[in-house]
Parts: sequence; structure tokens; C-alpha cells
Amino acid sequence: MSVATEDPMARWKPAPLLPRDEEREFSLHFVVAVLCFLACLAAVAAIGADRAASGWARDIRGEATVQVRPKLGETGSTAAARAAETLAGVKGVTEAAALEKEKAEELLKPWLGDAVLDDLPIPHLVTVRLDPKAPATAADLHRALSAAGIDGDVDDHARWLRDVERAAGLVRWIAFGVFVVVAAAAGAVVAFATRAGMAAQKDVVEVLHLSGARDEFIARVFQTRFGRLAFEAGAVGALAAIVVALALKLLGGQNGFTPALPLSWWDVTAVSPCPLIAATVAALAARLTTLRLLRGWE
Amino acid sequence: MRYGRSPEVLKDVAFTLAPGSFHFLTGASGAGKSSLLKLIYLAHRPSRGRIELFGHDVESASRNDLPFLRRRVGVVFQEFRLLDHLSAFDNVALPLRIAGAKPDEYRDDVAELLTWVGLGQRLWAMPPTLSGGEKQRLAIARAVVNRPDLLLADEPTGNVDHEMALRILRLFVELNRLGTTVLIASHDQDLVRRSGMPVLHLYDGKLTRHSGEARAEPRSTRPAPRDETPQADEQSEFDLGDENDFGEDEA
Repeated sequence: MSVATEDPMARWKPAPLLPRDEEREFSLHFVVAVLCFLACLAAVAAIGADRAASGWARDIRGEATVQVRPKLGETGSTAAARAAETLAGVKGVTEAAALEKEKAEELLKPWLGDAVLDDLPIPHLVTVRLDPKAPATAADLHRALSAAGIDGDVDDHARWLRDVERAAGLVRWIAFGVFVVVAAAAGAVVAFATRAGMAAQKDVVEVLHLSGARDEFIARVFQTRFGRLAFEAGAVGALAAIVVALALKLLGGQNGFTPALPLSWWDVTAVSPCPLIAATVAALAARLTTLRLLRGWE
Repeated sequence: MRYGRSPEVLKDVAFTLAPGSFHFLTGASGAGKSSLLKLIYLAHRPSRGRIELFGHDVESASRNDLPFLRRRVGVVFQEFRLLDHLSAFDNVALPLRIAGAKPDEYRDDVAELLTWVGLGQRLWAMPPTLSGGEKQRLAIARAVVNRPDLLLADEPTGNVDHEMALRILRLFVELNRLGTTVLIASHDQDLVRRSGMPVLHLYDGKLTRHSGEARAEPRSTRPAPRDETPQADEQSEFDLGDENDFGEDEA
């Protein structure tokens, strides 16, 4: 029996120009993976917060409340019923219903208790559900009430909507800020590691330099090494974040983390660009550090 | 030339290497041989004075031009400076990779060169497993693989026995015959004298003697055709005839 041996020359490929430094690379790998994990969790949390804010805004935007003031000789319930009937016919309203006195008292009980409710003038309210596609405006509702001779105030919750949207915007900016800080930290760590790597591999760098390597060539050696390392670390960090997010999603039930921070199954895939972003940041940091150090040589 | 604020290690050294010439650079330890070589292979810049390499004023050359000048200079370092994490093959291929050649273009050339220096059976060996003589020849192969116009060697026979020193020097003579300008720093006066090659002698940082075709006026070191350039003594002890005598060395 003959065994075919492959010619080593045929399968030769140029070896990496930088030697592996297992200990240093493990530390850097770990730190970058942790940073990526935190960034991914921040991104997932931001997505959940954004989704929650959007839901709240949608709910607020889809409803209006009308407080009716009855005329002389008219009961509050009658006035509210008449207002509900009028508003139900307005274009852009899907449903209008008078809030029953008992239900209004139920809503107030947690805040005021039983004792004083009988003495309080409970407002006569009509809740209006608006067509989400083409909602009626507060002016539309007010006009309809006036036409029917009903005195009342329309609250379209615009003030609350502004607050929710402001909060959602803030969450987005915080998420972006966390991303920038984490990216800067990752860049700084890689720059430090590049500096240490160049010091440790000074002999290799000198041989490359004296053999006619351009600064670009040497920078590419380091940026490839650290870019690849950060890609791997970014993948590990993103994967860990996905596992944690999925676990929280499973524990949190249908709503995600909590009802206040809903999360869909697809939201966790938002962290998938993490390895590429990590690799880009690391490669850029390594490249700039190497070029700066090389220019300081002469 | 001086290092930092230390006294000058080279003073008023002026010479020109004719293209295709072969010189020894001699002098006691500390005379400035290595410093002079470092200036020529552009590891350092002179603190004063002027160096012209291949017709280019080094001082006025841009940073982007220097790598291309360095590629025309092959250097055999005194301490070899092989990359221990690369195989013999990868070490020799390094200058070609740096120059941007594709592996398929130089694969066979590298193998042939390693065979020529007697390392045909050690292509994939890592430098730490090689003997002193093998390392020396590997360093030489790396220095000449890019067919440099100028070959510099710093004490290339300092770490090998006399027989190996003769073999290495024969290799340099052979390279010189192929048109490469050669400058070898050595403190082995006996070897230099027996070679019959022209000598540049440094003493206390000054060039005290030069013979042969080393000349005072500036001139490019780019090699000229063989029949136009002065050559080493054809009857020197290192005359090779048609082929070198490197066998496969001991491990």
C-alpha cells in the first residue's frame, strides 16, 4: 500500500508576521468581549425602551378624554351619554363611551379612599378611541360638541405625548452615548495593546522596517491582528448578550424583560453587527497607533 | 555620527563604494564598524554630514522613499535577527512579501535559494532549531533573496568556525560575481588579509585607510556591468570556480 504525501511546498502559505502572544491576547480578548457584551446589552435595552415608548405614545395618541359640564336641569350622566353619542359619529373616532360614575369612583379609590368620595364632585368623562390611521383632532371633537350644544373640555393627551416622546428621545441618546463610550474604551484598550504589542515585538518590527517595509505595511500587520481579535471578541460578547437577552425574554414572558421594557425575538438580532463594528474600531485604533509610533522612530 | 549626547562614534568618514566592488570594513571592537553599516542601511541618520545611496541624498529623501532604498540593500546582521516564529522558508521569503510579490511568484525562487545556501533539507525548520552556521546562511539567503544592489554583512563569520567562515566568504564572493556590491565588516584580520580584498579600516571612528576601489569622490553604488567594474582579486583564497561547496550542514 502506498501513501500519497502532499508536497509541503504546494500547501505553503505565508505565515502571520506577528507571533502569537497567548497570554496578552487572552486578556485583550476578554476585555473587548466584556465591552462588546455591555454595548450589546445597552443596545437591546435601548431597543426595548424605544419600543415601550412607542407603545405608550401610540396608546396616548389613540385616545382622548372629554370632560362634560351638564347644563342646568341635566344630570351629568345624561350629558355624558349625549356627548358620547355625538362624538361616536365624528370622523376619525372609532368608539366613544361615557365613563360610568361607579367606574370613575373605582379609579379614584386608590388615591382618595372611600370616605370622601360621596362629597366629591366626580367629573363626567367620556373616553374616545381614535382611528389610529386617521385620528380626529381635539379641534374636531370640540367642534362636534359645540355643534351639539354640549359644554366640555377635550384633552387629547398631547402634554403626556410630548413627555413620552421626550423620554424616548432621551433613551435613544443615552444608548448612543453608551455605545460611543464603550467604542472609545475598546479603541483605547486596543491602542494600549498595540503599543504593548509593538514594544514586545520591537525586533520583528525593526526587521520589517529595515527590510524595506513601508509604515503602511507594518500598520496593516497590526491592524489585521487586532481587527481579527476584536472580531472574535465581538462575536463572543454579542453571543453572550443574545443568550442573556433571550433568557430574560423567556423569563419575562410575552412582554419581554418586563411590561415596561418589551422585547421581541427579532430585537436580539440587532446586536449582529457588533463583531464588525468591534473589528473596525480595533483595526482603526491599531493602525493609527502603529503609524504614530513608527513616525516617532525617526 | 553620535548616539544621543555621547561622543561621536564616527568622525569625518568619507568614501565611495564603486558599483560591483567588494570591500572589507575592518577595525577593532568599538571602532564604529556597526555604526557605519547602520548608517548605510538607513537604520540611523547621520548627526552631521551627508550620505548618498544609489544617487539619492538620504537626508533629503522623503520618508516614503526610504523603504524603497532599503529594499536595494541586503543586510546580514551580526546577531542574524531571524524571526524565530517563522520557518526558514518564511524568513527568506520576508523581503519578497514586503516588496509585494505574490507567493506563487517567489515560492520556487526561495526554495532554490535555500538549496543554494545548503538549507534545502531545512526549509521548514524554525530558526531556534538551526545551528550557528545554518542561521548564518539563512540570514544571508534572506539578505540576497531580493537581489539587492548592495550587500552589507556585519561580522558574518564572528560566530562560526574557520571552515564555515571560509565557506560563507566564498558565498559572498559568488554574489559579488553576480554583480552585487559587497561590504563586509570584520575584525578577523587574518581572514581579511588572506582574502586579498580591498579594505576600509576604521580606528576610533575615523577612516584611517582605504585601498582598492574605495574612492574619495561621491559615486552611486548601483552595480555596473561586470566588465566595467573593478573586481576582487581573481586569485583570492575564496575563488569558487563554478559552484559553491555548501553541503547540508549539521543541525
